[in-house]
Amino acid sequence: MCRLVLGIFLAAVVGAHPVFAQSKAKAENVPEIQYDSVPNFVKLPPNLYLGEGIGVATNSKGHVFVYTRSGDTRLFEFDQTGAYVRELGQGLYGFEFAHAVRVDKDDNIWAVDEGTNMVIKFNPEGRVVMVIGRRPEATEGLVATPPGAPTPPPEPYVFSRPTDVGWDAAGNIFVTDGYGNSRVVKFDKNGRFLKQAGTRGNQTGQLNLPHTMAMDAQGNVYVGDRSNVRVQVFDNDLNFKAIYDGVGNPWAVCISPGPHQYLFVSNSLPDNGLAQYRDTTGEIYKMELDGTIIGKFGKAGKQLKEFSTVHEIDCRNPNELFVAEITAWRIQKILLRPSPSTAAGKEEDR
Amino acid sequence: MTRLSCLAVLLTAGVLAARLSAQSSVAAISFDSAPNLLKMPADIHLGEVAGVATDSKGQLFVYTRTGNPTAGLGNSRLFTHGGSRLFQFDPKGTFVREIGQGVYAFLFAHAVRVDAQDNVWIVDEGSNQVVKFAPDGRVLMILGRKPEAVTIRVPAPENAAGAGAGRGGGRGGPAGSGGAGDQFARPSDVAWDGKGNIFVADGHGTNARIAKFEPGGRFLKSWGSRGSEPGQFDTPHSIATDAQGNVYVADQGNKRIQVFDGDGTVKSQITGIGVPTTLCISRGAHQYLYSSHTGDAYGMDDAAIYKLELDGRVIGKFGSAGKQMKELGLVNSIDCRTDNELYVGELSNWRVQKLTLRVR
Repeated sequence: MCRLVLGIFLAAVVGAHPVFAQSKAKAENVPEIQYDSVPNFVKLPPNLYLGEGIGVATNSKGHVFVYTRSGDTRLFEFDQTGAYVRELGQGLYGFEFAHAVRVDKDDNIWAVDEGTNMVIKFNPEGRVVMVIGRRPEATEGLVATPPGAPTPPPEPYVFSRPTDVGWDAAGNIFVTDGYGNSRVVKFDKNGRFLKQAGTRGNQTGQLNLPHTMAMDAQGNVYVGDRSNVRVQVFDNDLNFKAIYDGVGNPWAVCISPGPHQYLFVSNSLPDNGLAQYRDTTGEIYKMELDGTIIGKFGKAGKQLKEFSTVHEIDCRNPNELFVAEITAWRIQKILLRPSPSTAAGKEEDR
Repeated sequence: MTRLSCLAVLLTAGVLAARLSAQSSVAAISFDSAPNLLKMPADIHLGEVAGVATDSKGQLFVYTRTGNPTAGLGNSRLFTHGGSRLFQFDPKGTFVREIGQGVYAFLFAHAVRVDAQDNVWIVDEGSNQVVKFAPDGRVLMILGRKPEAVTIRVPAPENAAGAGAGRGGGRGGPAGSGGAGDQFARPSDVAWDGKGNIFVADGHGTNARIAKFEPGGRFLKSWGSRGSEPGQFDTPHSIATDAQGNVYVADQGNKRIQVFDGDGTVKSQITGIGVPTTLCISRGAHQYLYSSHTGDAYGMDDAAIYKLELDGRVIGKFGSAGKQMKELGLVNSIDCRTDNELYVGELSNWRVQKLTLRVR
């Protein structure tokens, strides 16, 4: 009953405010942000190769963590110059099919694996200190799922191809889950289930492939609702707040730290398919947290400065981004050039 | 009808009240957990800890689900290998070595136990095998055979007759009684009597029996079938023997421990200890029985370890579910070689805890 009333209230708000427009048309006349890409930033030892660039994240020292689908799914660390440091989690039970890596405020490294349905927390030394979710037991074997079989309701601690992780200031853990389930889950800092939001669908508050998420300093949750072609914002208790569309299919989102936070959203619809997609996708938007678009940069392609299905963005420094790309098997370091419109914002940061 | 349901409610209430009073009367044992117990090499990580056991010198053996079970394609079949590893640590927790690198049976760990001669036995519920390693780490004996390949199953419709009832082994026996010998179906644990006879709990899959073998591995007999009557099992998940050769079986689905003599004759059953997942009997002159309780599927809501006398009297219990130190996440293994000093292997927390009980 309470939920119903809330829904009616939200529907009224949605109808009233232009930000909530349901049109999937992309924003027009968006300023172009000038930028450069640092060539060959990541230096790998001769016997190591990246596969699909799935996850990238930096810690407070500027070290770069790369989670990749190589021959096996693996997690590598590089220093701030791109020099190789080490591998983490060699042969880990939770590594099968990478989906995201993130670093929390204490420099713990978190990996989200959609093959094992697990979220894994490494301490800065690279040892596993907590896991959430459980890899399905191998003895269950392979079971063919009949077409059209109903999806069972999600269970608190069982992910179905989870996609991303984030934290609020209190250390509560948020997980987007994912390809199988259609929800955002909130756990306390010790991994105990608190609540969840979302069911599969395209209505307000529903999710259709929650593929990526980021949190702001107030603990709001920004979910890349990929197949619904929108970013949905939830408050810290997972109540619906806002929809930002007009930025394409959000495959990757990131929120920068600092007093003035920015939201980056990548429209990464695969660029290696039909020309009509290739020519209209690949760009990354820089936005204010309220959904205002500041500018955009990039287009689909395989060359340097082009984006080949960006899967994760690191924006610890909002003018120095790292992007992981699926179909180019690489990490790019992107330097945004200050422009008249963003220079003012930059000064506010300092 | 109304009267009947009222009666049912009353009965249920009565049972609940009895259970509650039984639960609340169990003494809480205080305990500590040693932090940073195991020192791992930088490139080795534990996964789910299915088994932990010590030998007579205090060396620690950990059988863990780690790495990836790898499947190779062959026509419509999948050939699987890898997925579990066996590590040895010294009494201080320093890594000593890996045992059985890449052996054929290491697929999905379920238990490791050390016998009186310090041989190290693993039970693998993926390969359906029990493997005996000599103290030097070489393979001495194998029970069971790994299935050649995995085929893709199409699930049976729900409520299909006989679904989950298990096999009679093709010998006309009752469901779950298994075939003669060592055709295990996801075996779960191993134990020995004073003569070296081997008992295998079998187990997690379609069988629901205890199989007994001579010390040399020759099959002697098995007992049990699927059900809830005395002598029947619903997932015999763990097994332990006392100095007299009695066999204690954690009959997980029936929420009881059943006690048998060495020939499978029912002696007694122990209840009021929750859902028993793993057992350990200490080795001193006065033997104690430890039984872990796991009341939820995730190890986050309901867990404890009970300490009992061998006759079933509960001395006390300790622990609760969760991911922090001193909390328990799907305990699958207990080692209790030293009284009041337990090594506990957890599935959902990927770790071994050393728990020291404070005894007045």
